[in-house]
Amino acid sequence: MTTTTTPAAKVQQPLKGQAAVKAVRKAFSSSLASAAAVFIGIIWTIPTFGLFVNSFRSREAAATTGWWEAFVHPSFSLSGYNEVLTGGGGLAIPLVNSLAITIPATIIPIFVASMAGYALAWMRFRGSDFIFFGIFALQVVPLQMALVPLQQYYVHGLQIFGVTVLPSPGINGTIAQIWLTHTMFSMPLAIFLIHNFIAQLPSSLMEAARVDGASHLRIFRSIVLPLSMPAIASFGIFQFLWVWNDLLVAKTFGGTSPEMQPVTARMQSLVGSYGAHLDLLAPAGFLTIVIPLIVFLSLQRYFVRGLLAGSVKG
Amino acid sequence: MTTAYVALASSTLGQAASTLFGVVEAVGGFIAILLIVFFVAGRVTGRLQRPIAIVICLGPALFLVTLGLIIPAITTINNSLRNQQFLGQLKTKYIGFKNYTYAFTDPYTQQTIIRTVLWLLIVPAMAVFVGLLVALLVDRMRYASIPKTMVFLPTAISFVGASVIWSYVYNYKAPSLPQTGLLSQVVMKLGWSNPPNWLITVPLNTFLEMIIMIWIQAGFAMVILGAALKGIPDEIIESARLDGASGIKLFRTVQIPMIRTTLVVVVTTVMITTLKVFDIVFTINNGNFSTDVLARQMYADMFVTNQVSRGSALAVILFLAVTPLIYYNVRTLRREREIR
Repeated sequence: MTTTTTPAAKVQQPLKGQAAVKAVRKAFSSSLASAAAVFIGIIWTIPTFGLFVNSFRSREAAATTGWWEAFVHPSFSLSGYNEVLTGGGGLAIPLVNSLAITIPATIIPIFVASMAGYALAWMRFRGSDFIFFGIFALQVVPLQMALVPLQQYYVHGLQIFGVTVLPSPGINGTIAQIWLTHTMFSMPLAIFLIHNFIAQLPSSLMEAARVDGASHLRIFRSIVLPLSMPAIASFGIFQFLWVWNDLLVAKTFGGTSPEMQPVTARMQSLVGSYGAHLDLLAPAGFLTIVIPLIVFLSLQRYFVRGLLAGSVKG
Repeated sequence: MTTAYVALASSTLGQAASTLFGVVEAVGGFIAILLIVFFVAGRVTGRLQRPIAIVICLGPALFLVTLGLIIPAITTINNSLRNQQFLGQLKTKYIGFKNYTYAFTDPYTQQTIIRTVLWLLIVPAMAVFVGLLVALLVDRMRYASIPKTMVFLPTAISFVGASVIWSYVYNYKAPSLPQTGLLSQVVMKLGWSNPPNWLITVPLNTFLEMIIMIWIQAGFAMVILGAALKGIPDEIIESARLDGASGIKLFRTVQIPMIRTTLVVVVTTVMITTLKVFDIVFTINNGNFSTDVLARQMYADMFVTNQVSRGSALAVILFLAVTPLIYYNVRTLRREREIR
């Protein structure tokens, strides 16, 4: 290893035969790499762009010709959006339902998980490490594994050997069981992300507060919670996207009437009932993805931070 | 006409308002309860203060995790050993491992398992390949955020939304008509005069559905691997360059070994997501035309075709397949903590 070599010395080093070729190639390679990156980016965007264009075309145009024809024979109309938003069985109510599902299913886990994260990080007791890794390892339980038992719990309560241990929460058939289900499933990741952030807060801060006589709950409320906002934001976006985009839980606990369905379930039945609503698919599809896209693009920085904390750092 | 329109709009509006009011009520109620509990517990002083604080902070999470994950997992394992057919069936009995034998001998389920394994092998490999490629290409680029955002964008799109988007790529029309599917249009321009109906052509349709998943996951891989590449100290890259390594060689001998841990974590994370893939297959073909995967068949067994125990056995198989991957991630994590 030549640790003392300076860049100047590098230039003076004798170059091998194809030096000229190499230099030229090097100059080109970075712009070539950029071009390749942009090319991949464009390929990745074309499918979404096609949906976007199609959503602004009339139903006849969208049904008979490809979206690229819109640039040759421009004809745009908002009739699709009008119909999707106002027509019966449209998307207006499902969009509201999606919000109604997503907002509580994002806020409630934030509180529950940050409380648990604080307890596991700053109120260490025998077994607290075990509980932390135990909860993290529970990611192993696939959603599908919990669906049937959870549904039985919502209907009949929790029974062990025929004895009712916990009565049914009485929320069967309401939106509340979707909140509860998402809250349960979010716990492993939420506690993991928020705990790791809270654990890195300076201990001098906590000690000073304790010396001043603040109780644990008080420290949590007035120091930990405000300082943990970056981690909470990361998890919040993550959870918002996850719940908004979820189909399985909505499909299992959300019922089949459009009155109860979120947009994903509604879209799935639109795609499924081939022919009937196929012409409205593009505006409906774009409405479905536009809210998560706005959230994502405006808060991308926090989202990336959450991803990195979740899978790379400990 | 106008009055009907207004009436419809106002009824929609009324329903929307009542739904959203319920949300405000629920969230407000939840926070109010928390505040009350905090207030009451805050009055406690002395020896009991700490244990009470622990119970209040940790209790709800542990309760939810037990009720939502631990007990259901045990119940499902139990169900998989019984002969339950429909939900709520009372008289069921233990039948040993028959549901598992069935899963591995039934020809349809065998096909499903093989297909799931194909998903597991191809999707993570391709997603990581594309993600790594873009991360390397934009490494020293000026406006790197533009192509990065373009590749990352599908991460925010639901699997259902993605399926709709891609239905405009895979759409089929008879060759004599104007095409509405991008893929058909492109291959016809390239000279293939009679392209197939993509989504019902076996086994091509499975691979076309995988592309949707790769499209979604590549951005995730790119972001994580890009950060790991940035994390390699400049001195290492610099001295490797001075030693004559560049391009592929630098990549193979220096960068890849340096990010190996991250690479494996990304592969396992994408694998876990892929293993649970349900939405894409469900939305596009509902598992017909030989596209079924484990997660979709399990859903159908449990909620559509009344084979709860067989579905539960598939869920347990899924669980056993995920376990080593998560175990690996936890072990990596613990090791990193010890170093720190």
